[in-house]
Amino acid sequence: MKRAIVIAAALVFGGLLINAIVDLPSSPVNLRIAVADNMAKSGVSHPVTAVLLNFRGYDTLLEIAVLLLALIGLMAAGPMLPPPPNQPADAMLQKLARIATPPVIVVGGYLLWAGAFRPGGAFQAGAVLAAAMVLLHLSGLLSAWNAQLLPLARRVILVGGFVLFLCVSVALLAAGSLLQYPPEQAGLLILLIESGLTLSLAAILAGLFLFLSRDNGGAP
Amino acid sequence: MSAALAFDLLLSTALVWSAWRTITANRLDQAVVMFIVFGLLMTLAWCRLRAPDIALAEAAIGAGLTGALLLDALGALRKAKTARRRQ
Repeated sequence: MKRAIVIAAALVFGGLLINAIVDLPSSPVNLRIAVADNMAKSGVSHPVTAVLLNFRGYDTLLEIAVLLLALIGLMAAGPMLPPPPNQPADAMLQKLARIATPPVIVVGGYLLWAGAFRPGGAFQAGAVLAAAMVLLHLSGLLSAWNAQLLPLARRVILVGGFVLFLCVSVALLAAGSLLQYPPEQAGLLILLIESGLTLSLAAILAGLFLFLSRDNGGAP
Repeated sequence: MSAALAFDLLLSTALVWSAWRTITANRLDQAVVMFIVFGLLMTLAWCRLRAPDIALAEAAIGAGLTGALLLDALGALRKAKTARRRQ
C-alpha cells in the first residue's frame, strides 16, 4: 500500500517535471546566435570553450573555487591518522602503470591544447591527469597524501589555478570590467588560465582520492 | 525504424535499467559496478546528443574518478569488516 502511494507520487511528480520542461517559454535571447556572432572576439574557435572561459568566465572561476573549497573541507575534516606506508603492488600492475602514465600525460596536454578549437579543455585534461595519479597510487607507486604534511609545492599547485585565474580577473577589473579580455590577448589569456586550471584540477581531483585513501597499494 | 533510433531506444532503456540496478542492487560491489556502467552509458548518451565536451568530462570524472573512489571506499569497508571479525 505504502509502496503504491510512493510510486504514484513519484509518477505524478515526474509528470509535472516533464510538463514543466515542455512548457518552458522560449528564451527571449537566442544564445546560440549571440555566441556565434561574438566568436571572433573570444580568442578561441570552439564555442564551448568560448562560453566557459570568456563569455561566462565568472562561472568557471566560481567552479574552481568551489572545488578547492571542497578539498580544503576534506583536508580539515578528513582522516587524522597518517596514511599507511605504501607497499608495492603486483609487478604486472606496476609495469602497466609505468607504461600507461606517459601517454596519459600526453593526452592531458593534448586535451588542454585542443580546447581552443575542438572538444577538450582544462576540466577534461585535469581529470585525465588526476586519473593517472590515482592509477599510480593504486599500483603502489605514489603514496597517499597527508593533509598535515603536504609539501609546499603541492599546496601551491592546489591553489595555483584559482589564484592565477583570480589575478587575471583582478588585473582585468583594474583595466575595465571583470573578466572582459581584450580581443587581441584573449587567446593567450585563456590558454594561460586553462594551463593553470589543468594543473590545479588534476591535483584537486587526485587529492579527493589521495587524501581519503587508506589503501596501502595493492597489498591485501 | 532507422538504426539510429533503434540505438537511441536501446541506450535509453539501458540507462534507466542500469540506474535502477544501481539503487536496487543487494550487494554494494554490484551497485558500484552498475554505477560505473551507468556512467559509461551516460557518456554514450552525451555523444549521441552531440555534446562531446560533456561526454569527455562524464567519462573522466563520472565513470573514471568517481568509480575509482567508490571502489576504494568499498575496499576500505571490506578491510574494516575483516579487521573487526579478527578481533
